[in-house]
Amino acid sequence: MSNLLEVNQVSKSFGDYKALNNVSLNVPKGSIFGLLGPNGAGKTTLIRIINQITMPDAGIVHLDGVPLNASHIKDIGYLPEERGLYKSMKVGEQALYLAQLKGLSKTEAKKRLKYWFDRLEIGDWWNKKIQELSKGMAQKIQFVVTVLHNPKLLIFDEPFSGFDPINANLIKDEILNLRDNGATVIFSTHRMESVEELCDDIALINKSNKLIEGKLIDIKRQYKTNTFEVGLEAENKEKLQAVLADKFSISSANFKSLNNDLKLNIKLSENEKAQDLIAFLNNQAYINHFVEVIPSANDIFIQTVQNNS
Amino acid sequence: MNHLSLIIKREYLTKVKNKSFIVMTILSPVIMIALIAVIAYLTNLNNEKVRTISVLDESGLVKEIFQNTAQTHYDVLDNVSLAVAKEIVSSTSNYGLLHIEKINSLNEVSKHIKFYSEESPSLSVISDLERKLEKKLTHLKLKEAGLNVAQIKASKVRINIGQENFTGQESSKIDSVIKLVFGCAAGYLLFMFIIIYGNMIMRSVIEEKTSRIIEVIISSVKPVQLMLGKIIGTSLAGITQFVIWVVFGGVLMTIVSLVLGINLMEATPQQEVVAMATQGSDAMFYFESFKQALNHMPLINLIVAFVFFFIGGYLLYSSLYAAIGAAVDNETDTQQFMLPILMPLILAVYIGIFTVIEDPHGTVSTVFSYIPLTSPVVMLMRIPFGVPIWQQLLALLILIGSFMFTVWFAAKIYRVGILMYGKKPSYKELIKWLKY
Repeated sequence: MSNLLEVNQVSKSFGDYKALNNVSLNVPKGSIFGLLGPNGAGKTTLIRIINQITMPDAGIVHLDGVPLNASHIKDIGYLPEERGLYKSMKVGEQALYLAQLKGLSKTEAKKRLKYWFDRLEIGDWWNKKIQELSKGMAQKIQFVVTVLHNPKLLIFDEPFSGFDPINANLIKDEILNLRDNGATVIFSTHRMESVEELCDDIALINKSNKLIEGKLIDIKRQYKTNTFEVGLEAENKEKLQAVLADKFSISSANFKSLNNDLKLNIKLSENEKAQDLIAFLNNQAYINHFVEVIPSANDIFIQTVQNNS
Repeated sequence: MNHLSLIIKREYLTKVKNKSFIVMTILSPVIMIALIAVIAYLTNLNNEKVRTISVLDESGLVKEIFQNTAQTHYDVLDNVSLAVAKEIVSSTSNYGLLHIEKINSLNEVSKHIKFYSEESPSLSVISDLERKLEKKLTHLKLKEAGLNVAQIKASKVRINIGQENFTGQESSKIDSVIKLVFGCAAGYLLFMFIIIYGNMIMRSVIEEKTSRIIEVIISSVKPVQLMLGKIIGTSLAGITQFVIWVVFGGVLMTIVSLVLGINLMEATPQQEVVAMATQGSDAMFYFESFKQALNHMPLINLIVAFVFFFIGGYLLYSSLYAAIGAAVDNETDTQQFMLPILMPLILAVYIGIFTVIEDPHGTVSTVFSYIPLTSPVVMLMRIPFGVPIWQQLLALLILIGSFMFTVWFAAKIYRVGILMYGKKPSYKELIKWLKY
């Protein structure tokens, strides 16, 4: 699979402050790419470089194999975190203006706006001013304006902030739909549950440096600790726990269960296998629950950032 | 280019469609004309009122000079004491009492003239009386000294030194006054235009920051394009407003003067008009001088220079206004940056008024007509007096050069500033931004 976006050794400083330090990234075509990192890590700077809002001090960015240039503006749709619209302008006029700035002709922009406005059921807002709309409504318009010109690359910075759960879901489905229609999405957020839900690939930036990058699945594999969560039904739980503690490294676990189980996390060493654990447990007790502990994006995020500082 | 025209169009349309803009455009000339009409009406009213001034001339020297006029009637009292005269005046609605003491020496009489009234009298009434008395008493004193008054009058000469430069261009003192009026009008117009519409640009940049749309926009267009688009769009809106003001104001003025029957243009106190009319030769003299002055003025040069210096000066300042707008978050924070912009502008107007009138080609005027921040105003004021073309071109060149520099400078500030939220930068930080 080829990459739509390749960021090569990009550095950027603001005075004495280094915002990005030799960051390289590859965003595969057709993927949803999570750009993660704590506040002030350099995500926004990187996104602004991709949008050609700021120029990098060093390094180069390729879009579809070509170094970034002015003609790429129409290939990118960007929904910034700090976003808004002209308050006293009418919705329709404003959307047309922004679409034309992205290179669409007026008639084409009108046609596509009609499609999107009907699709999101906001057609009757055309002649309203932004200041008459609620924040969530304005966000919907902003979303439409971002995707209207069918860009190859979509960049969403915290797209769900300001949406109620229903509309957040609607937007999430639209993002997936756009991906299925061939768009590549970069998705910058703090909300790890939406990363789990949406992202195929992630990169984590902390303190101007990229720490991890790759397929979310691969990263999870890499971060898994060979730990299993078990729920055991036994007559003498204390005795069972002592036996297990003797053989494995265990800690108590917490999950919902219908039985009064002994709930444990059991960590295996590298060369021990899950089948052996199951066989061993099967001899000791009745197994109600057996699951491999997969690190969540949240865990990976916190662990990586904490190790880094 | 396409982006630029889109931005200009939007800026122009949103400005022009804005309610407060429309209200201001229509209301300003209405208010102005209403004010002029009220003032003219009141002046007329004032002039039509007849004042009666009582005169008690105990010296008997000046009685005959108090002839009734349309506005002022004189009531000459005889054989009464001052106290009685005062009572008479206060019991009637007369304006006041002029009292001339009975003293034999002419020198002493002049020192003992008093005006009594209920309220403090108007300055014009007093100076009118003073002029009358001065003339009469001077006359009497000349007679006393044995001089022939008629001869003295006849030997009075009126002089207006004709001026001509070596290329044969004639001018005169009145020329200079008229030229100065033209120069000041041009300079002042530019000054007003910069302040009103420069502020408008600044506000519209701030609006983009506060509404947080800026990042969306500059992911599509270059900040410089956005800035230039804003400047040009706002300027066009400004010109529209100006033209409407002039046309609408002119039409209103005509209507009002027709309806009220007041000649607004000649709302000057009537006696002066009358005085002008009686001295027909004088009026002709001024009119001729005015015509001459117009002929002497390099009109085409003035118009061309006006266009170029106006545009250059306006763009120079408006790019600075745009940079200020980009550097701050809200209008209250703009104060610290406004001063360095307003200072040279005000300085230019003062230099124009005080030094150009004194010596249009002196060192101060010449130097300041080269310095880019003051040159548009000062040069426009100098040009009616005839400035060599090479000087104008040089000044224009410097202006254009510095305009390009300020656009570069403003664009730098703009590019960084529009993405900075929530903090008021210091000058030191602004300089740092230039290096980003």
